[in-house]
Amino acid sequence: MNPRTLEKLSPWLFTIAIFLVWELACIVFKVNTSVLQPPSAAFAAMFKLWRVFLYHSWVTLWVTMVGFALAVGFGIILGLVVGWSRAIYRGLYPVMIGFNTIPKVAIVPLLILWFGIGEVPAIVTAFLISFFPIVVNIATGLATTEPELEDVLRALGAGKLDIMLKVGIPRALPYFFGSLKIAITLAFVGTVVSETLGANAGLGYLIALEGASFRMANVYAALLLLAFEGVLMYAVFAGIEQHFTKWAFRSQMSAAG
Amino acid sequence: MEAFVDIDGVTLKYRGASGDIVALQDATLKVQRGEFAAVVGPSGCGKSTLMRLVTGLHKPTAGTIAIDGKQVTGPVKMAGMAFQNANMLPWRKVIDNVLLPLEIVEPHRSQFRSKKVEFRAKAEQLLATVGLAGFSDRYPWELSGGMQQRVSLCRSLIHEPALLMLDEPFAALDAFTREELWCVLRDLWQRLGFTVILVTHDLREAAFLADNIYVMSARPGHIVQIKPVDFPRPRDLQVTYEKDFGDIVMELRMKIAQVRQS
Repeated sequence: MNPRTLEKLSPWLFTIAIFLVWELACIVFKVNTSVLQPPSAAFAAMFKLWRVFLYHSWVTLWVTMVGFALAVGFGIILGLVVGWSRAIYRGLYPVMIGFNTIPKVAIVPLLILWFGIGEVPAIVTAFLISFFPIVVNIATGLATTEPELEDVLRALGAGKLDIMLKVGIPRALPYFFGSLKIAITLAFVGTVVSETLGANAGLGYLIALEGASFRMANVYAALLLLAFEGVLMYAVFAGIEQHFTKWAFRSQMSAAG
Repeated sequence: MEAFVDIDGVTLKYRGASGDIVALQDATLKVQRGEFAAVVGPSGCGKSTLMRLVTGLHKPTAGTIAIDGKQVTGPVKMAGMAFQNANMLPWRKVIDNVLLPLEIVEPHRSQFRSKKVEFRAKAEQLLATVGLAGFSDRYPWELSGGMQQRVSLCRSLIHEPALLMLDEPFAALDAFTREELWCVLRDLWQRLGFTVILVTHDLREAAFLADNIYVMSARPGHIVQIKPVDFPRPRDLQVTYEKDFGDIVMELRMKIAQVRQS
């Protein structure tokens, strides 16, 4: 097999290999199924109750996407504002760091108190947990404009807005798209945390419910579906990143080579 | 005759980590319209500071700077600049990098959409004169360092500035490419007739290109010598192997060695 095909296949091969090792380990060591379920049991559960799993997967997916979309919108605005002025940057940074340090699981009870049990607290949690990397990355992209390039433009009479539009924002795009990959996986974490603590639907809710009833195969099935959604959305945003900021990948390659 | 760039008794101080730093002290420099001026000096003598002052990116602590009789109080809104680093925008094709100043400088700015075709043709032509015909649709990363520097020169000249400021534009290039680009710059200057202030470490570069070489002292910088270079124009690279040329370079070298000591 040539190296390129191998590289393309390797993510699949690794995933299959992990499932095989897991399955074999369960058989060989005769692991008690209340401790660890083999993947085959999880897939069987998924297959048997496919309607249930489809429904809850769908809820988690859309809740996450709504929270994530809010984070992108808010993150872009705040990132631009923070990147625009050093004073705002310095002023807001400690607040944002402080806020980001608070584990979101600690806020969920408050959110449930405010919005009631359901999708809203999950959306808000997904939003809160995922906007931070977007803000930081946009602000970083804007802040790292080469000073000489700024001189070239200013000597031509360019104002701050010109420099932002011509240089800052295009420069920040690779950072922005890169941050989306981090943010989307965090958004899933936010959704599931909230669903586990107070919801009527979603994979987090399902995990909590089935876990409490010791239907472990169903718990594993939900976990696998969650992982699958995460990988899927990550791939989508990695693809978008590649598409929109080809130049950044190319110029890095040429710099390395 | 009134100087085109008139730097008169300029002092620049700024706050450093350990007290005030005087970058320039009473620097006076008069460059005539259409002159090719080179500024040389020991490193850290404030040559680059001078560039920022002339283009109005920095305000002097004392003294005045005037361009074409008008005092500089803010960014001059017309100077072309190029640096050691070509500073290309990697997401733009070569041609769009060259066109960048036209998107900013008036009156081109407001005509940019309506005159796009004309501007593109002009940029293509300029690229052709620096030997980059057919490279318009490439991206900067597809070009060598020397080619990128040629694009950078085109970008600094596309809006036909009366003043071109160059801060060691060829310092990062290999010797052959550098000499090639000297000739590119020489030809552009001869054809377009703009005024150049070239800051450089390379004494041969200064002697080959300039009408006058201004030698700066160590910090705090000021002009300690003006060396006119009288070789007839157009100059051929051959001139750099003549004895007179060697003498000028030697003289400058001695002078700089001397100011570094003091």
